[in-house]
Amino acid sequence: MATKVAVVGIGMTENKSRWDLSLPGLYRLAYQRALEDCGLKSEDIDAVAFGHSPEYFEGVNHPEKWCGEAVGALNKPLFRVHTGGTVGGSVAIAAYYLVASGKFEVVLAISGNKLNETSSAQIGLSTVYDPIMGRQFAAGAPSAVAVQASKYYSQYGYNEDHGLMVAVKNRNNALKNPYAQLRIPDYTLEGARNTPMLCHPLRLADMCPTSDAACAMIFAAEHRVEAITDNPAWVLSAVAVNEGINYVDRDWSKPIGLRKAAELAYERAGIKDPRRELDVVEVYDAFSVQELIWYEGLKLCDWGEGGRLMESGATRMEGDIPVNPSGGTLCANSIGASAMFRKAEAALQVMGRAGEHQIPGVRRALGHGWGGGIQFHTIMIFGKDKP
Amino acid sequence: MKKTELLFLKEDVDIPYNWAAGRYGSLFLTRLRDEGKFIGNRCPSCGKVYLPPRVVCGPCFTPPEEIVELGDTGTLVSYSVVNYPFIDPETGSRRPIPYTLGYIRLDGCDTYLSHFVDETDPAKLTPGLRVKAVFRPREERTGRLQDVLHFKIVD
Ligand SMILES: [Zn+2]
Repeated sequence: MATKVAVVGIGMTENKSRWDLSLPGLYRLAYQRALEDCGLKSEDIDAVAFGHSPEYFEGVNHPEKWCGEAVGALNKPLFRVHTGGTVGGSVAIAAYYLVASGKFEVVLAISGNKLNETSSAQIGLSTVYDPIMGRQFAAGAPSAVAVQASKYYSQYGYNEDHGLMVAVKNRNNALKNPYAQLRIPDYTLEGARNTPMLCHPLRLADMCPTSDAACAMIFAAEHRVEAITDNPAWVLSAVAVNEGINYVDRDWSKPIGLRKAAELAYERAGIKDPRRELDVVEVYDAFSVQELIWYEGLKLCDWGEGGRLMESGATRMEGDIPVNPSGGTLCANSIGASAMFRKAEAALQVMGRAGEHQIPGVRRALGHGWGGGIQFHTIMIFGKDKP
Repeated sequence: MKKTELLFLKEDVDIPYNWAAGRYGSLFLTRLRDEGKFIGNRCPSCGKVYLPPRVVCGPCFTPPEEIVELGDTGTLVSYSVVNYPFIDPETGSRRPIPYTLGYIRLDGCDTYLSHFVDETDPAKLTPGLRVKAVFRPREERTGRLQDVLHFKIVD
């Protein structure tokens, strides 16, 4: 039997451009805030799981080499994890595994990026394609997701407005989140429709900003939790699935890897009807339309019903299954920290500490992430009650 | 800490690489260059055909050893009209916009090839259109995917 594990402390930095902090400075700030959040000292942490997205974004390499001390990893085990955009989720899951294994009692998960250190992050993204058989024609992440969007919209009779509705919902939610980068008052569908068409069918409004941010979560074993906090977020399940890329008959609008991850996560958490049994969901919506596709992958609705679920209002802050009350990745995207933000936001919702965007009475919350060629999916489900 | 002037260091990095195409990749690219033909490879276990050819069939974890010659027509699986300034990582200069990125499934093949489509009016594009490869003249072909100039819509 694996050890039961809870999140006991969370530290976030605000998503914005940070010329006042170096990369180690950014990591240290998130770590310091996580320690203060739960009253632990750096010597109380047994091991560190460390993440950072493709280094090309910052023109650096192997940053755990020179950021280790900033995250308290001096004469301690440090494990680097790397899965592209979902790295923060993979790091959180790795930290959970380290504690669940019984080999460590208190483990730090930390991940971040400073995307503003280049004006050419999308060139970096081109290098994540096969150099001989694929990168010649793409234009970074937006073009790949635009292809996904074209397929999704045409397959189910939806249109650009369905993605823009997500943008309007999440940008309005972000007004309540001090850690979000895009906090634009009076954000309307009309305004979103008037933003430039950058990668048809995606407009500027459909896309995330580039942020500098780090996120930290501290995971503790059951027998240590009580002494640290009386308000933990218990890990009910943690699942990572790689969907593969350009596999035979891939349907970009149907994320079978996410569906598999969701089914495993629900089974392990004892959830039969996710729409009813989850109280809030945070998905990695780097582009608006993806939120609709993730609704379907996560079984909040059937295949092809994502646009209609959005239209119904169910995923708004006051709906029966709120999605991205924080504003999501669409309002803050450092890449390295983003998938961990989804998990940390879900954990904060369970703790009742999400602030102005808290959903009342949350007992179970899900945090998602994706990375790579829209292929690496991570899911964590947190609960108020010990499993 | 007292307020201080915030500095940053600017640097441009330029690193040369040589990427191996491998045996299947080299066969694919030489046939493309010399004969203007696409080849894929078929998995003996599930019968699926890969293009470009690859070293393993993922679901079966079996090498798709049978080489298959494919035609130059296929279906547009999906697309995007790219309309934002983008530095081409191959050339280091800005790629002309708008251009259309297409995912194309050649007839007789079960994966897609990403390439350019010579139509940038979104009203004229939709998944499912029939497309045909337009090759560069033989003397311009160098053994890369760009030996195909683009795909054109044929219906
Ligand atoms: Zn096979």
